[in-house]
Amino acid sequence: MTTEALLVTALLLPLAGGLCIILTGRQPNLREACTLVTSGLLCLAVITMLFRVLDGARPEYILVEMLPGLAIHFEVEPLGMLFATIAAVLWPINSVYSIGYMRGNKEKNQTRFYFFFAVAIFGAMGVAFAGNLVTLFLCYEVLTLSTFPLVAHKGNDAARDGGRVYLGILLATSIGLLLPAIVWTWNVAGTVTFTAGGILADRLAGPALTVLALMYLLGIGKAAVMPVHRWLPAAMVAPTPVSALLHAVAVVKAGVFSVVKVTVYILGIDHVAGAPGIHWLLWLAGFTVIVASLVALRQDNLKKRLAYSTVSQLSYVVLGTMLLAPISIVGAALHILAHAFGKITLFFAAGSIYTSSKKTEVSQLDGIARRMPWTMTAFAIGALSMIGVPPAAGFVSKWYLLTGAIEAEQLVAVGVIVVSTLLNAAYFVPIIYVAFFRRESSESMLTYGEAPWPVVAAVCATAAITVSLFLFPGLALELVHRIPT
Amino acid sequence: MTIGHLPALQVVIPLLAAPVCFLLGRWPRLAWLLASAVAWTTLVIAIGLWLQVREGGTISYAFGGWAPPWGIEYAVDRLNVLVLLIVSGIAAVIFSGSWESVRQEIPESRQALLFTNLLLCLAGLLGITITGDAFNLFVLLEISSLSTYALISLGRDRRALTASFQYLIMGTIGATFILIGVGILYMLTGTLNMADLAHRLGGLQGSRAMHTAYGFLVIGIGLKLAMFPLHLWLPNAYAYAPSVVSAFIAATATKVAVYVMVRYLYTVFGPEFAFSAMYVQWLFIPVGIIAVLFTSIVALFQHDIKRMLAYSSVAQIGYMLVGIGLVNVTGLTGALLHVFNHALMKGALFLALAAICFRIGNPRIENIRGIARQMPWTMAAFVGGGLSLIGVPLTAGFISKWYLILAAVERGWWPVVAVVVIASLIAVIYVWRVVEAAYLHPRPEDAETVAEAPPALLAVTWALVLANVWFGVNPGLVTSLASGAAEALFGGYLP
Amino acid sequence: MGFSLFNYWVVILLMMAGFYTVIASGNLVKKIVGLNIFQTSVFIMYISIGKVFGGSVPILAANTDLYSNPLPHVLILTAIVVGVATTSLALSLAIRIREAYGTVEENDILEISRREDDEE
Repeated sequence: MTTEALLVTALLLPLAGGLCIILTGRQPNLREACTLVTSGLLCLAVITMLFRVLDGARPEYILVEMLPGLAIHFEVEPLGMLFATIAAVLWPINSVYSIGYMRGNKEKNQTRFYFFFAVAIFGAMGVAFAGNLVTLFLCYEVLTLSTFPLVAHKGNDAARDGGRVYLGILLATSIGLLLPAIVWTWNVAGTVTFTAGGILADRLAGPALTVLALMYLLGIGKAAVMPVHRWLPAAMVAPTPVSALLHAVAVVKAGVFSVVKVTVYILGIDHVAGAPGIHWLLWLAGFTVIVASLVALRQDNLKKRLAYSTVSQLSYVVLGTMLLAPISIVGAALHILAHAFGKITLFFAAGSIYTSSKKTEVSQLDGIARRMPWTMTAFAIGALSMIGVPPAAGFVSKWYLLTGAIEAEQLVAVGVIVVSTLLNAAYFVPIIYVAFFRRESSESMLTYGEAPWPVVAAVCATAAITVSLFLFPGLALELVHRIPT
Repeated sequence: MTIGHLPALQVVIPLLAAPVCFLLGRWPRLAWLLASAVAWTTLVIAIGLWLQVREGGTISYAFGGWAPPWGIEYAVDRLNVLVLLIVSGIAAVIFSGSWESVRQEIPESRQALLFTNLLLCLAGLLGITITGDAFNLFVLLEISSLSTYALISLGRDRRALTASFQYLIMGTIGATFILIGVGILYMLTGTLNMADLAHRLGGLQGSRAMHTAYGFLVIGIGLKLAMFPLHLWLPNAYAYAPSVVSAFIAATATKVAVYVMVRYLYTVFGPEFAFSAMYVQWLFIPVGIIAVLFTSIVALFQHDIKRMLAYSSVAQIGYMLVGIGLVNVTGLTGALLHVFNHALMKGALFLALAAICFRIGNPRIENIRGIARQMPWTMAAFVGGGLSLIGVPLTAGFISKWYLILAAVERGWWPVVAVVVIASLIAVIYVWRVVEAAYLHPRPEDAETVAEAPPALLAVTWALVLANVWFGVNPGLVTSLASGAAEALFGGYLP
Repeated sequence: MGFSLFNYWVVILLMMAGFYTVIASGNLVKKIVGLNIFQTSVFIMYISIGKVFGGSVPILAANTDLYSNPLPHVLILTAIVVGVATTSLALSLAIRIREAYGTVEENDILEISRREDDEE
């Protein structure tokens, strides 16, 4: 297959899979087979493409040109390839997990669930491969809309309220800020195509550039920079596989990925570094890192705590981007990768705990590691990655981020990274401690063991990848070093 | 031979078919077939005219062989061929899918009357669009208006009668204002032919009488196109009319009025007079902005979905006024595109609503809870139309809003950009209310189970939804027509 | 000057009277009458502007070369037809409203409609 054909395949596969899922909705086993086969094929296609991109291929595909210069245009470059690979590798693992989880919890409307999941993956692929801002915007919205039914899956009032906040904030920021920012960019640059080195040099400078950068940063609400982070905790009403893949990987990573992509390919890091007051954006990200960590400390609900941890970790990526140094951009890209695998492990573990014991609060986890040793070991690895301790992937990315901050002589950023590492430890270590070393309280004498095997297998797989990304970071490093900073 | 007479046939065929339709009173189904066939014929004629205009520029047709400016001239250029295509296309689609809905909502004795009036209305709207004669325009405007009043009064609810009466009073005042304006223009120039009027008015720039005529015409047409705050007749009229009628007039009537406004401002008075001497943009911009924001917010609080869409229509007309008021080619292109695209989206939405009414009767938000499971295709069509209304890329609505935003940016009027964006957000909310009710709420226990709408109605609804997508993906055809028309209308005038 | 333009004063007077009746009267039939007066004023405007002082009837005849302008009169014939159609439609609507609501007073109808809205 040519690389162009692979690109089209990668975009179409999830949609085709979604169609199969609807058609086979009556027979659950066949339907799940559809999901697994599609996700497997997608993973294969994307990995094949990954190696071609490493060899220097840059496939592109133009679907339609609506108005002159305004096209639905896909083009693969290293950063997008990284994001696509993360999503495509995690989809099959997550599908195995979903099957275990959804059946274990006897959730309703499973056909709808798998269908919109496939559409969401399509959205993520579209965001990853978007060749211009309009395509990015469109796929970004596909992702928003297709994940709404997943967030509000339970259909009760709490789910609807959560869903409303989710949709409200994401749509309001994207239509209210991102779209005008795109129109503005189009107006000054005459193009919205992603170009190495940015398209705004000589065209926009001064405070206006800072305002534009801020519009992008807050308009991409999925990056969850405060004050537009509220949707992420609200989305935690979703079933855990959704929180895991979408709110640790696809949706939030689409957000920070878009921030990095816009900064590198539209604003241009060298150009935007000269904008007055641009360091305020850095400080905003730093503020989010610290405050979200502090809020996470106070959450007893495990998923909420993970959600605020995500808010904080996403801002690491933004922080790395806003340092506007090549090495910190590498760190940011690596952190997208490291956090994806670490956080999905944590969410999988949380879902695993819920499936077998129905426990949702941190304070209920005393001694749980004895009953669920695999799950909790994986949880520990995920937590180490979040904190940034070897042997987990988080260490590598934090290393680069810290180096970038020191090189850029941004002491504030260095301080933020150090303090937040301590805070991360403060909210994860106690969980590990009580789970492994405290005795189970006597009243909860329910008998339960590990979760169903697909769930455990998925948790262990992602934990293993988290460790191996630390041990063998070569491939990832090679890819991110190709980002034209 | 016939080709040369196409402009006349465009209007005469539906006008003559109307009484035949009336004679078929006992066989309403035949009346429906005749009306649909005529509507399709007018579409074919409009396409024929479009092909001619595309190649040879403007067509001038002298009615009865009396040469203009003495006789009545029918003139077709890129501007009105666009409107002809919309009106006849929408009529063809809506008429063909209307049978089931009409049969259910209208007593049998009046079904043929409904089709008669639809044909008269179609003839009037096409005539307004194609005619080059100011007085002829008034007569055809009244033909379409009178038949619209009658159509609205056929609604099931008795409030349709009062809505129709209110529209009749306001519409007649508007038409009389237009008549006064035309009278004064005739006194000044001794001609009724628009091109001739334009020519002669060129030498009368400072005349007080011309200013008066201008004022009467702008207000009169403003009433017809539901310019805020002259829109009061519209929500009730759309809400209580029979579903099919709502779909037809919502998609066409106000669009034709917008066309008349553009025609008078640009062709008859000329942009120089309208914008540099009379500053009409300082009327249209604030009025348009208030319409967009205020009526969008009012739409949020409606329980009746038809009324909600009606208020949304007033807001969309606000966009068109803003587009005209921006006084640049891009803005006028945006306004003309929005005329076209809004016809498509509102047609689709009102037809989807007609399908809902067909099954559940009263289209209130409470009544459609959980209906998406029972009528999946209908609700999917509603969502499609709604996306276009919001202006999501890849739908037609995006294209016109894109042009409007570009035009505002060209002028450097950022608040206008903000207004367009904010109103789109409000549109998200009111479309969302319907989606949430239909998709996310369970069907109430006591509600009856309903089936999917009849296939004919669904087919035409989806035809319009797909048209929204098609013109969102391939807008080149329409944008070139609209921008060509806009450039010709400005004719080198720079604000 | 004032007197030579008296036809316009008549037109304005009638127009305002008709307009006022349409707006101020609560009775639907009176509204229709007002609308008619309003329209008639415009007819008079058209007819009066067609008059050419000293001109004769516009029929070709020997010894006359000054005619009144017939065109406004013809136009207004059409407008009268339109006006009659409007009036008849409005009256029949008023009859239907009377059948449906039992009244042609706007206030009463509004009251009834409001109650209906509240019930929904």
